[in-house]
Amino acid sequence: MKRISRFRRHKAAAPLLLIFALLGIGGTFSVASATTANEMSAVERSTLIEEGRQIFLKGCSSCHGLNAEGVSVAPSLIGVGAASVDFQVGTGRMPMADMSTQAMRKAPVYNDEEVAALAAYVASLAPGPEIPGMELLNFERDGSTAEGGELFRNNCAMCHNFAGQGGALTQGKYAPTVMGVLPKHIYEAMVTGPQAMPVFNDKTITPEEKLSIIKWIKSAEAEPNLGGASLGRVGPVTEGLLAWTLGLGLLIGVAVWLATKAK
Amino acid sequence: MSSQLEPIKDPGLPAHVHRKTDTDPKAADRAERQVAAMFGISALGTVLLIISYVFIPDDVFVFIPIMGNQNAHQLGLGLGMAIALFFIGLGAIHWAKTLMPDQEVVMQRHEFRSPEQDRKDFVDTVKEGAASSGLGRRSLIKRSLGAALGLSALSPILLLRDLGPLPGPEQKKTNWKSGTYLVTDPGDRRIKASDLEVGSVAQVMPEFADPKDRHLDDIAKDALLLIRLRPSEFNLEPDRLAMTHEGIIAFSKICSHMGCAVALYEQTTKHLLCPCHQSTFDVTRAAKVIFGPAARPLPQLDITVDDEGYLIARKPFSEPVGPSFWGREKS
Amino acid sequence: MTVEAKLGQVANYVDERTGAAAFLKKSLKKVFPDHWSFLLGEVALYSFVILLLSGTFLTFWFDPSMREVVYEGAYQPLEGVKMSAAYASALHISFEVRGGLLMRQIHHWAALIFMAAIVAHLLRVFFTGAFRKPREGNWIIGVGLLTLGIVEGFLGYSLPDDLLSGTGIRIAEAIIQAIPVVGSYLSYFAFGGVFPGELFIPRIYIVHVLLLPGAFLALITVHLMLVWYQKHTQYPGPGRTEKNVVGYQLMPMYMAKAGGFFFIVFGVTAFLAAVASINPIWLYGPYTPAQISAGSQPDWYMGWLDGLVRMAPPIETYFFGYTVSWNILIPGLIIPGILFTGMALYPFIESWITGDKREHHLLDRPRNAPNRTALGAMSLTFMMVTLINGGNDLIATHFDLSINQIMWGTRFGVLILPPLAFIITKRLCLSLQRADRELVLHGRETGRLLRMPSGEFVEVHEPISPEKAFILTSHEQMPALDLPAVDARGVKRAGALKNKLRARLSKANAEAVPKVSVEDLKEIENH
Repeated sequence: MKRISRFRRHKAAAPLLLIFALLGIGGTFSVASATTANEMSAVERSTLIEEGRQIFLKGCSSCHGLNAEGVSVAPSLIGVGAASVDFQVGTGRMPMADMSTQAMRKAPVYNDEEVAALAAYVASLAPGPEIPGMELLNFERDGSTAEGGELFRNNCAMCHNFAGQGGALTQGKYAPTVMGVLPKHIYEAMVTGPQAMPVFNDKTITPEEKLSIIKWIKSAEAEPNLGGASLGRVGPVTEGLLAWTLGLGLLIGVAVWLATKAK
Repeated sequence: MSSQLEPIKDPGLPAHVHRKTDTDPKAADRAERQVAAMFGISALGTVLLIISYVFIPDDVFVFIPIMGNQNAHQLGLGLGMAIALFFIGLGAIHWAKTLMPDQEVVMQRHEFRSPEQDRKDFVDTVKEGAASSGLGRRSLIKRSLGAALGLSALSPILLLRDLGPLPGPEQKKTNWKSGTYLVTDPGDRRIKASDLEVGSVAQVMPEFADPKDRHLDDIAKDALLLIRLRPSEFNLEPDRLAMTHEGIIAFSKICSHMGCAVALYEQTTKHLLCPCHQSTFDVTRAAKVIFGPAARPLPQLDITVDDEGYLIARKPFSEPVGPSFWGREKS
Repeated sequence: MTVEAKLGQVANYVDERTGAAAFLKKSLKKVFPDHWSFLLGEVALYSFVILLLSGTFLTFWFDPSMREVVYEGAYQPLEGVKMSAAYASALHISFEVRGGLLMRQIHHWAALIFMAAIVAHLLRVFFTGAFRKPREGNWIIGVGLLTLGIVEGFLGYSLPDDLLSGTGIRIAEAIIQAIPVVGSYLSYFAFGGVFPGELFIPRIYIVHVLLLPGAFLALITVHLMLVWYQKHTQYPGPGRTEKNVVGYQLMPMYMAKAGGFFFIVFGVTAFLAAVASINPIWLYGPYTPAQISAGSQPDWYMGWLDGLVRMAPPIETYFFGYTVSWNILIPGLIIPGILFTGMALYPFIESWITGDKREHHLLDRPRNAPNRTALGAMSLTFMMVTLINGGNDLIATHFDLSINQIMWGTRFGVLILPPLAFIITKRLCLSLQRADRELVLHGRETGRLLRMPSGEFVEVHEPISPEKAFILTSHEQMPALDLPAVDARGVKRAGALKNKLRARLSKANAEAVPKVSVEDLKEIENH
C-alpha cells in the first residue's frame, strides 16, 4: 500500500478540477535551478577575485571594512568562506537594507556572476567553507526522507518549526521559513551558521545527513494539503482561531436565522 | 415588589402577525418546494460522498485557490457529508419556520417552593426521621460510622498503589557516567572535540553498547546539547570552567522548568531558548536564567576527552536533570 | 393510513405499556423560548454527540499502545521511523482507512467547537444572570462539564503520541511533579515509573473513551433534566413575566428546529473537516523527549493556562531542603483552582451580596447588573491576556514584535487590564442605563429639526413604543443591604468584618442610574 507515496496528478484530475475549482486556475511553483560553475583556470580565477574585490569595495566595504576586516557594525569576513557569501548575498540578506532588524531574505541585489565573484574574493582572503557543487547536492539520490525528517526534528524544528515554517527567537529575532529555499542555500546555512543560527559540522551531521535534511524539506515543501487548507502549519493557534470564527461563527449565524420569525 | 411599581404597564404579548405562508397558499406551496429542494440538495451531498468514496482514488490532488493543492478524495468525502447533513438541518428549520404554526404559546410557571403546609410537613418528616434514628443522640454511632466511611475510602487508594513503583534513585540519575562517550543523535557516532568548530552545536546522547536499548525513558533524561564557543567568551566560575573542554560546554537538553527540549541556540547572543515557555538561558554564564519562568540553570555535564580525542563525560550530572520536584535537593 | 394516524397508533402503543400518557402529553406541549443565544448550549450538546459518533469510529482502528514499532505505512516521509503503535495506528487511520482522516478531523474540530460552545454558553448564562436561584445547581454542573471538557480535550490530543502531544504530556507531568509532598508519587503512579514509560497512553485512553464520556453523559443528563424540569429562562419583554414561559411547543416547532440544528452543527463540523486541516500529526513526527518544535502550543482552551505558565515569575523556594516550584504551582494549579472554584461558587457569592433569595426566571439585561457584567468583562480580559501570551511566539513572528515585549506586556497587562476592564465596563453599563432612561423620558432622537416661534431650533423627539418602554423599565433595582455594624440595642454584631465587607459589596452592587419611575413620567406629562 503506497497510495500516498507519490503525489501524482491523476487522469481524473482535470474534470475534478472543474468541479472543485471555485475561482480561477492554479499556478505551479517551480524552483529555479542554479547553473553549475565549471572548472576555471588560474587566470580566470584571479580576474574573478579582482572583479569581486571591486564589487566588495563599492557595496560592502562601508560596513565590513576596506579589507573585509570588520568594523563595529559588521563582522569580519576573513575566513567565513565562499559558502557564507553565497548564502548571505545569494538569498538577498546582504547587503542589509536596515541594520536595526535581522537580515532577511529578499530579492538578491547582485546577479549570479557578481555573487560568484564576491564569493571568490572573500574565499581568497582566508580558507573557509566552500560553495557545495551540484554533484554534491544530489539529494534526490543520496538523501533519505525519513532519516532527514528525524534529523530535522532533532536539529532544526526547535527554531524552524515542525514543518519548516519558521519561528520566534529572543528579542524580536526569528528563524525564517525554510520553504522555497534553494538546496545549496540550505546546505550553506548548515555549514556556515548565518546570523543567530549555529553551525552544524560535517562530523556531527555528515554531508549525507545534510542531504537527507534537504530531501525532507523539499518533500515537506511539495507535500500537498492532505487534510484541507494547511492553516499555515503552525499548530493549534490558527486551528483555535478558525474554530471560533468560522466554526462557531457559522453556527451562531444559523442560530440567529433559526430564531427570527419568518415573514 | 411593591416598591418596584412598574412605571409602564406590561402591554402584553404583541398580536400574532401572520406570515405570508399563513395567508397565501401559493407562498406556502413555494415554501414546501424550497424545503423539498433543500432535502434534495442533501441527497446530492450523499451522492457526492459515495462517488468520492468509490471512484476518487486517494492520491488525486486538485488545486483550489486560497486552499492550495487538496486531496480530492478527502475533500469530496467531507464536502459530500457536510452538504448531506447541513441541508437536512436547513430544510427542517425552514419547514418549521415557514409552515409549522408559529403562534407563541404561554405556559405558566409555578414556584418550586411547595405550599407552606407541605413544606413544613416534609421538613418535619426529615427531622423526625433523623431524630428517631437517634443520629443526634447516639454520638458513638455517628462517630464510628463517620470513621468507618472515611476509612473505607482508603481501600481504592490502597488498591491503586500498584499503578507504579515508588520513586527511587533513578529519578535523580541519568545514564551519564564517568567515561561515557558522547555520541551523535541520531547516528550514534562518537565525537572528537576537533569535530566541533566555534559556533556549532550538536545534539548528543550517552553511548549505549546497543543503541536499540535506548528507550524514551533514557532519552527523557540523557539528551544533551553540546555547544562550542571561544573559551574567551565564557564568563564562568573556575569550577564550571573546568567542566568545559576547549570551549565546548555541555548542558542537559531537558528544560529545568517543565522538561521540554531546550535547543534553540542563538549563535550571536549565546542564548538558549526553550520554545515551550520561553525561558532563556545564557550559555556563557553556565545557562543562567535571564528571562522566562525557569528558576534554575540547566544542569551542566562535566566533559573531557579520552586519549584519542573523543569526548567523554568526566563525571555524572551532579544534580537531577529536568523539572523540579519536591524531593529535589537545593543545588 | 395517514402519517397522523400512524403516529397516533405509536402513541397509543407507548401509553398502553408505560401509562405515561399524561406526562408525555405535557412534555410534548412543553414551551421553549426562542432566542439564538439559547442555542449555544445546544451546539455544545450536539458537538458532544458528534464526538461520541466520530470517536467510536476512531476506536475501531486506534491502538492505544506505546509499544515501539517501525512504520511501514502509506505515508512515505516517515517510512522506517521508530514510533509508538499509537502513533502508527493514528497514521493508519489518517492514510489507509478511507474517510479516516475526515473522521479524525471531524472529531478534533468537534472538540474545539464543543469547548468554544461551552464557553460561549457559559458567558451567556453568566451575563444574563441565568444562574440565579433556582439554577445554582445547574451552574455548578456546567462548571464541572467545562472542567471535564478541558481534561478530556487534553487527553484526546495526547493520545496520538505525536511530537506535540508528547510535549503536552511532558508539561502535564511537570505540573504533577510540582505538587508539594506527593508530586513525585503521583507522577510515578500515573506513568507507571519514570516519564514517559509505556503505560500512560493506554491508561489515558480508557479514561478518554470510557470514564470521562460516562461522567459527561451522567452530568449532561442531569443538566438537561434540570432545564426540562425548571423550564427555560427567558428574556424580558411584553407578556413575559417571572410566572410564565413564552415560546414554541416542543412538538412540532421546537423539535423540528432543534433536530434540524443538530444536522446543522454536524454539517458545519464536517465542512470544517473537509476544507481545513487540523492536527496534522504526520508532520509533527513521533514523540521523543529530545525533540521539540518552535511554537509548541496546546489547543485553544488550554492556551490561557500555557500563557499563564509562560508569564509566571521564576520563583522556586526551598522548604526544609524540599523544592517548591512556585513558577509551576501558581500558574498551573493555584490560579486555575481559584478561578474555577470562584466561578462555581459565584451564584452563592452574588446572592450573599444582594441578599436576594428569590427565584428568577426572567433574564437580566447585562447593563442592569453592572457589577456582574463588569466582573465578567474582567475575567474575560484576564483570559484574553493570558491566551495572547500563550501564542506570543506566533504573534511575535506575524506582527514583527518580540516575545520578550509581549511577555512583559502581558505580565503587566494581566495585572492592570482586568481591573481596568471592570471599571470601564461598569461605567459603560451605567451610561447605558442613563441612555435607557433618557430614551423612555424623552423618546428617540429623530434627527429632524424644528424651528420654534422664538427662532430657536429644537430636535424632534419621537416617543418610543410602549413595548420598548416596558422592556427598558421592567427591571428591578435592588437597594443596597442595610447592615448596621451594631444592632438595635447598640451591641456589636458578630462577624463585624464580614458584615462590613458584605455591606460594602452590596453598596457597590446596588449602584445604578435610577430607572424611570411613575413620578418621572407624571412630571413629563405635566410639562
